[in-house]
Amino acid sequence: MKDTKIEVKDLSLYYGEKKALKEISLEIPRNKVTALIGPSGCGKSTFLRCINRMNDLIPDVKITGQMLVEGVDIYDKNVDVVNIRKKIGMVFQKSNPFPKSIYENIAYGPRINGIKDKAELNEIVETSLKQAAIWEEVKDRLGDSAMGLSGGQQQRLCIARTLAVSPDIILMDEPASALDPISTSKIEELVHELKEQYTIIIVTHNMQQAARTSDFTAFFYLGELIEIGKTNAIFTKPEKKQTEDYITGRFG
Amino acid sequence: MEKAISITENPFAKTNGKGKDIKEKAVVGITQIAVILIIAILVVILGIIIYQGREKFSWEFISSFPTDGMTKGGIFPALIGTFILVIVMSIAAVPFGTITAIYLTEYAKENSKIAAAVRFSIRTLAVVPSIIFGLFGLGFFIQFVGTGMDTAFNDGELHWGQPNILWASLTMALLTLPVIIVSVEESLKTIPRELREASLALGATKWQTIKNVVFPGSISGIMTGTILAVSRGAGEVAPILFTGAAYYLATLPESLSDQFMNLGYHVYIMSTQSSDVEKTMPIQFATTLVLLILTLSLNLVAVIIRSRIRRRAK
Repeated sequence: MKDTKIEVKDLSLYYGEKKALKEISLEIPRNKVTALIGPSGCGKSTFLRCINRMNDLIPDVKITGQMLVEGVDIYDKNVDVVNIRKKIGMVFQKSNPFPKSIYENIAYGPRINGIKDKAELNEIVETSLKQAAIWEEVKDRLGDSAMGLSGGQQQRLCIARTLAVSPDIILMDEPASALDPISTSKIEELVHELKEQYTIIIVTHNMQQAARTSDFTAFFYLGELIEIGKTNAIFTKPEKKQTEDYITGRFG
Repeated sequence: MEKAISITENPFAKTNGKGKDIKEKAVVGITQIAVILIIAILVVILGIIIYQGREKFSWEFISSFPTDGMTKGGIFPALIGTFILVIVMSIAAVPFGTITAIYLTEYAKENSKIAAAVRFSIRTLAVVPSIIFGLFGLGFFIQFVGTGMDTAFNDGELHWGQPNILWASLTMALLTLPVIIVSVEESLKTIPRELREASLALGATKWQTIKNVVFPGSISGIMTGTILAVSRGAGEVAPILFTGAAYYLATLPESLSDQFMNLGYHVYIMSTQSSDVEKTMPIQFATTLVLLILTLSLNLVAVIIRSRIRRRAK
């Protein structure tokens, strides 16, 4: 148990009548990067959004099975979804900074958690921006609007914003899919550094990215988990034919 | 390019069917006439009012009381009365309308029956003739609430159970509520889902998200709604006919339980009840001009703010 951060047991998700995730069972190790790959519509993003209960926002979604984070089922009645999301941060496909200053973007989460002390906020802002490797670029203009940053900078700002509430787990939903190659490689480096402290789950369309950044890879297809294993193994000798076909580009 | 076409037969050449051409021209002509007509009507209305109202229109006219049985003097009390009316109306209608809009866009479930009922009510309210609001105000606010208050607190002495600023403003607030709700709703909807998700994913509650992300983004929508409501309220007469507007007052109102004069009502009085309608014609036109300037400029501000919201939504 000690190395398992998240354990999923027989998790199914329905959009109304349609079953979008079919009895998913897997374990996600602590302080590693786990990549979720698969063709569009395979359920990887839907699965990711189950981990911080973002799917709660969609009407008519029904979830069965268990999602154990540190042994606690986050879909239990006694669990407060707000506390889950503080522990499990999320970075979205499209960078979504608030139309506020760079400083206010980072301070948003801590403020919501009741931190009012100016010095403490300053420190959180600085550490988070440093962790997200964007401090040097923005330290002289923290008061400027975050909307003025480039796409890649915005995405790193969003990562810093997530780090500011000190989560254990970071979910990334195709965080680099809208970025240029240089920004992408910066995000990938960042993922590599962050896994020291965080458990990271990253959804990606980009097979090279999964191979470069992740320790483990899970392949989803048509709402099912086909296989999960060490990234090396998945990319060199996958057990299932479907995985091999996808990785070698025969479909998807 | 030209060469290439001239080599073979031009497939894009004008067809010989003359009839089609005429039809096309006729349609264009009709639409042009309609457009010109609209502009002409506006120009004529504005032209007459400005031309007829200009001689009387002055600072003096705006800032002085009517004299000589309202055949001379200015419209100061009517202007002030109109201001007080729209302010009290906004204080009542803006928070109420904003809260309703927040419920509809943020909290109501997509297929909720309550939300559907609220939306239906708003649409219906918006098409109710304004005189009906006036009658409702008389029956509900004055005779039911006002008289009830007098019975309860004043030993039946007449104080609230008669037309006054408060009842007129509340009646007007009901009339303008749909305008506010719809424009606030519209601007709440322009806040992208991604921003709400960003806030929620950081562990913010729904209310924190609304307060810190959604609401600041829709301030301009609330302002547009308010201004449109104010300009509507400033121009309407029917709702205040029975609920608070006075024919003539020698002093300005001092409390919410006083009656008030009003620009729109003043025009109506001057043109129908005046001792000498012919003689007061310039006053009528100048009053109309003031009212027109007031509502047009308010609408202009609203249009500007709204176009800024639209640009942001893209």
